[in-house]
Amino acid sequence: MDNVIIAKDLSLSYSNNETIINKATFSISSGSFVFITGASGSGKSTLLKSLFGALNPKQGSLVVGGVELNGVSRSKLNFLRRHLGIVFQDYKLVKEWSIEKNIMLPLLINGYVKSVALNQVEKLLKHVRLNHQTGKYPFELSGGEQQRVAMARALAHNPILILADEPTGNLDEYSSQLIWNLLEGANNQLKTTVIVVTHHIPKSLNVDYKHFHIEYGSIHEVR
Amino acid sequence: MKSVKNHLSLVVALLSILFSMQVFFIVERSIDAYKVNLSNNYSVIAVSKKELSSDEFKGINKIISNAEELSPDSVIKRLTSDMKSTNVELLKLTLPKFYKLSLTYYPTPQEIKKLRSDLLGSGSITKVEDFSHNHDTVYKLLLLFKKVVALFAIVVLIVTVLLIFKELRIWQYKHNERMTIMGLFGAALWLRSAVLFRLAIVDALVASFLAFGVFMYLSSSAWVAEQFNNIGINVLIFNPIEDFLIILGVAITISILLASLIVLGHKEEA
Ligand SMILES: Nc1ncnc2c1ncn2[C@@H]1O[C@H](COP(=O)(O)OP(=O)(O)O)[C@@H](O)[C@H]1O
Ligand SMILES: [Mg+2]
Repeated sequence: MDNVIIAKDLSLSYSNNETIINKATFSISSGSFVFITGASGSGKSTLLKSLFGALNPKQGSLVVGGVELNGVSRSKLNFLRRHLGIVFQDYKLVKEWSIEKNIMLPLLINGYVKSVALNQVEKLLKHVRLNHQTGKYPFELSGGEQQRVAMARALAHNPILILADEPTGNLDEYSSQLIWNLLEGANNQLKTTVIVVTHHIPKSLNVDYKHFHIEYGSIHEVR
Repeated sequence: MKSVKNHLSLVVALLSILFSMQVFFIVERSIDAYKVNLSNNYSVIAVSKKELSSDEFKGINKIISNAEELSPDSVIKRLTSDMKSTNVELLKLTLPKFYKLSLTYYPTPQEIKKLRSDLLGSGSITKVEDFSHNHDTVYKLLLLFKKVVALFAIVVLIVTVLLIFKELRIWQYKHNERMTIMGLFGAALWLRSAVLFRLAIVDALVASFLAFGVFMYLSSSAWVAEQFNNIGINVLIFNPIEDFLIILGVAITISILLASLIVLGHKEEA
């Protein structure tokens, strides 16, 4: 199996040069389901940011989907991101857009025909159990519902890799369960690689997962 | 309602720029029209030893549009109440010729100086009265008026640009979020900024058409026409084609410039 992510001696830090991740080497094979855990402030979000190119590696090599991210050009990064589905703890929905338009964003960027995109959005809305909320704006929805919109957006364009940063961090039970089911489904049925940062690994998950733990700037494979 | 508010600030700012610009044009046209008016009432008196035709005068300086010989009869009548008529005829022949020169446009003081030296250097002309003191006062007044209006327009421009820049920060914040999110999903720069440019162009069009409506109304208003008639000039307030194209061009240029500034100032948060 191919590796969708290969990190070699990867070091990460922000502009203040404090090392967050120190010379980490790991790889993630295509189609796997990966949990990343660690104490608050240990660098989970930082690692995830580096995976979608929002933070350039300080040192070492980081290849995602065949693209070397250390010193990557903007156009190559855009190309990679069009094949990623990212879910954030704070949803990052576009406020002034309806939920349909938000879900459609990756389809729009990937150049889908309008009618195909609309069809896809309708399916996704059913998928995340929001078909009764059509035409609404993010601020009219609960946190759990907003995260389901974000989840639908992340799945819309059949990404090769889903990156989720504490997607169920502060959600209601129903929404959390739904999000886990959707991530599980994408991994089981579409063989999408899923990487989730979380504090609690759900017990009822029906996937064979890997588990990395971050501590003192190092990444250990727990399972 | 929200979308109206989104547009309002830029439209109002653009409108005030377009207004001060067009008012400046109108003032400039009024001054030009007034200058024609003045030149109709302004003339130079030249005294010549021999007879000169209108064309000969035009040859001396192009600014001269017409020369009219002043009849010496009234002067002679007073001098010659008890002279024999044959002597009067003789006197008439020896008297120099007086000409009233009309000019094609209202000259600058430099042009008057040049006209004067051209006339005196032409040979037969011995004396020129250009009423230059009078002329200078009126001319300086006109220039002052024009400067005041230009200053006013520039102040409006500066204040508006400052207002726009304040608004720009709010915009930058507002658009930054959407542009960042679009960037996270791999949207190229042109796609990320498309919404912004569309908004800017729509606002420019709205402001231009509003200005068009207002100036069309003003140029057909009887009250406005009367004000200009009162000072005896006829001014084109608004040319629906040329002026509108200028307004449209300025509005679109400014709003695209602003949108570009926002795009260039866009920072993605890591
Ligand atoms: N934008 C930033 N600039 C500087 N330091 C940051 C930034 N974001 C996070 N950090 C720091 O990096 C460390 C790891 O943060 P983060 O990756 O967010 O932790 P978490 O594991 O809780 O997600 C923390 O010490 C945090 O203060
Ligand atoms: Mg975090």
